[in-house]
Amino acid sequence: MTELALAMRCDTQDFTLSLNCGIPLNGICAIYGPSGSGKTTLLESIAGLRSLDETSHIRFGNIDWHNAGYSVPVWQRRIGFVFQDARLFPHLSVVQNLLFGAHRTGRGELNPDQVIDWLGLEDLLHRGPNELSAGQKQRVAIGRAVLSEPQLMLLDEPLANLDTAARTDCLQAIRSVQEKLATPMLYVSHDIEEICQLAEHVVVLEQGAVREQGPLIELFGRLDTGVAHEEHAAAVAQGQISKHDEAYGLTAIDVDGHTLWVNHLVSRVGESRRIRIPARDVSVCRERPAGTSILNILPVELVEIEHTSSARVLLRLRLGQQYLLARITRKSAIELQLQTGEQLFAQIKSAALLSDTGKTP
Amino acid sequence: MSETILNAIWLTVALAGTTTIILLLIGTPVAWWLSRRQGTVSAVVETIVALPLILPPTVLGFYLLIAFAPDTLLGRAWQQLTGERLAFSFSALVIGSVIYSLPFVVQPLQQAFSRVPASLLQASATLGATPLDQFRCIVLPLSRRSFLVAATLGFAHTVGEFGVVLMIGGNIPGETQVLSIALFDYVESLRFHEAHQLAAGLVVFSMLTLFLLYRSNPEASWRVKL
Repeated sequence: MTELALAMRCDTQDFTLSLNCGIPLNGICAIYGPSGSGKTTLLESIAGLRSLDETSHIRFGNIDWHNAGYSVPVWQRRIGFVFQDARLFPHLSVVQNLLFGAHRTGRGELNPDQVIDWLGLEDLLHRGPNELSAGQKQRVAIGRAVLSEPQLMLLDEPLANLDTAARTDCLQAIRSVQEKLATPMLYVSHDIEEICQLAEHVVVLEQGAVREQGPLIELFGRLDTGVAHEEHAAAVAQGQISKHDEAYGLTAIDVDGHTLWVNHLVSRVGESRRIRIPARDVSVCRERPAGTSILNILPVELVEIEHTSSARVLLRLRLGQQYLLARITRKSAIELQLQTGEQLFAQIKSAALLSDTGKTP
Repeated sequence: MSETILNAIWLTVALAGTTTIILLLIGTPVAWWLSRRQGTVSAVVETIVALPLILPPTVLGFYLLIAFAPDTLLGRAWQQLTGERLAFSFSALVIGSVIYSLPFVVQPLQQAFSRVPASLLQASATLGATPLDQFRCIVLPLSRRSFLVAATLGFAHTVGEFGVVLMIGGNIPGETQVLSIALFDYVESLRFHEAHQLAAGLVVFSMLTLFLLYRSNPEASWRVKL
């Protein structure tokens, strides 16, 4: 697997981006962090759009992109950059925009018609960019980047300016490109749900430095990270859709042999899905509760307890091979005399699972 | 129409045409450079480029006349290079016109270039476009209309030039006697009939040029072909 090795410093008006890390280029790697944490600056530095400190070093696989004052120019890096604001060329039609990069860096291995089909752009080809909606523009921008046949795609909050329906379309577009071409992608976002749906790997930035990074499911299931202590901390579990219950409008997802019910999803049985389970929506009990309205009650093992404040405690619970987080009051933890290694039942509010696709009706 | 007038028309068109071509060749890189830079150096260049807008043409003509004299560095170098005298020649008129009309070409181009968003150039660079390619495929098409404006103004302004030509041209029929000078000549020798013909012709030409320019579509979107 290729790696993007970064050792760089870049001064901006607000902060200094300073990092030293290796990013595995496998599938989609998310770069997550609050605004002003340096995500876009990082992406632009990788693309070669920013001037870096002389000591900076960027290495893509075994090619130096930036080293000892030498820098491979942007137009030779073979990157596909999708900007937040699409940046289509206003004087070119959609199809001319799509082929702009293909004519320059394309190697002819990709059939434009195929990409146009994946992204659903057939009907837009002869329109001008000004005649497109924000979502259509962004899909064209994705297609344009893909057709330049890049060795690395850089996406800078591509969904930030879109409404819900357009986000779903674009997200689907990015997914299908990833599935079909397996071009490594760096995906910048401050939206944790987007990231949970897409990414294999996460790099968390804070004030211009890497706070933590790792495989997404593993990272979000740990207690020793900054993200676990955020208000919206959530674990991510992976499962397969096992059945639909049309009568009640529910879908069952199998997570390591345990069944989780979520609101009806439009997906085929057997399809793999990720579920995001916020820590604040998980509670624990010693015995399997009876007479409760909560649908999802799962046997778990308590593996770690962390006192996050005088009022709150964060629990790490093992469900099969995966982990859930639960945030409960310290009072409850003491009264229940919770010990690591104990078998407990986790109650998950069904609503909590809806955030899976994030955009359920 | 007399031969003098025909000669003057031909000479004017040749002068304005040559000047416009040279101006576009010089003005485009200067305008591009100015549009991407800020600071003292570019302010100095901008000042020099804009100077002919406010300077009396006779001032410019006076200094050029001195510079073109056969005993100056420029005059001598020109004589050695071409074997011809620079002062009172067609070439002198071209040099004078280029300087005189420079702001009319540089300024519209500079404004058009600075309106081209840097973000689009970045996007094209990520798609493999080299700087020259970016200029050719993004900047030029997006400033198409400004090139038309620049070329028209450069041409028309050179046609309307009088002071500089008078100072450095010497009013030689067929060599340096352009329309505006010929008109002046007719008036001085009280030949009002010919003067009227020329003056009215220049008014019609100027109006027509400006009308066609303003009528052209200002949109620079992909559908519009100028």
